[in-house]
Amino acid sequence: MVAVLMYLKAFLVGGIICAIAELILIKTKITPARILVLFLMFGAVLGGFNIWTYVVNWAGAGATLPIIGFGNSLAKGAIEGATSNGFFGALGGGLMATSAGIAVSIGLSYLVCLFSSSKTKRN
Amino acid sequence: MNKSQRNQDYLMYVEKQSPKSPWLSSLFRAFIMGGTICCFGQMIGDVIKSFFPTMDLLTVGAWVNISVIALTIILTAFGIFDVLAKYGGAGTFIPISGFANSIASCAIEYKKEGLVFGVGAKMFYVAGPVIVNGVSYSMLVGIIYFIISLF
Repeated sequence: MVAVLMYLKAFLVGGIICAIAELILIKTKITPARILVLFLMFGAVLGGFNIWTYVVNWAGAGATLPIIGFGNSLAKGAIEGATSNGFFGALGGGLMATSAGIAVSIGLSYLVCLFSSSKTKRN
Repeated sequence: MNKSQRNQDYLMYVEKQSPKSPWLSSLFRAFIMGGTICCFGQMIGDVIKSFFPTMDLLTVGAWVNISVIALTIILTAFGIFDVLAKYGGAGTFIPISGFANSIASCAIEYKKEGLVFGVGAKMFYVAGPVIVNGVSYSMLVGIIYFIISLF
């Protein structure tokens, strides 16, 4: 029962974050890339003040998967680096915490683009 | 008719002609799609946790992100993700899948311009701003935290 509740919470939080983004997209003329950056900044602020951790504990993947979670782990990584490694950690900690995800995105995209060609629809 | 009047008329014409998507339904679809992706991520996390019970939550989260990223890129390569993105709108680009899709689709799109300045440079057309802003904010947070921790 607890596991099912966790899925429900993940669905709810993830869905609401996406719905807010969709609402911004429809009601204003902000482009998707700008909304991504806006949400990322929001996540970094929430992570810096250690607020988003509570949401992550409550909703699991519903809070870590949206781009706010990416900003949160960037900020948390920087804080962790600063506590363990001093100034050097403060500079590199954020990238270190998210490096695996960025590396997989870049490496796999490069690999995939060698085998796949663009399927531009002409309609 | 002066120029500004004409521009205004044109803008009104564009507004009238551009397709009006019923915004409540697209809001609902974004909610469903975003929720489904996050639910799917939660499932991957549970599977990983059942195989490696000693793994800490942060590492599990990172593995979930990597799995979703890898799956998105593969779906993008087969052209399936475009269909999902058309349906889900913000529900597909706000989770980390949008970040992965933007890199993969730009890489595939600009392959014809060469591997160095085509793929290498233009794969970051959308993801670049995200990485640049994210790294800058994280550095700022780290430096502020470091200065505060000195006192």
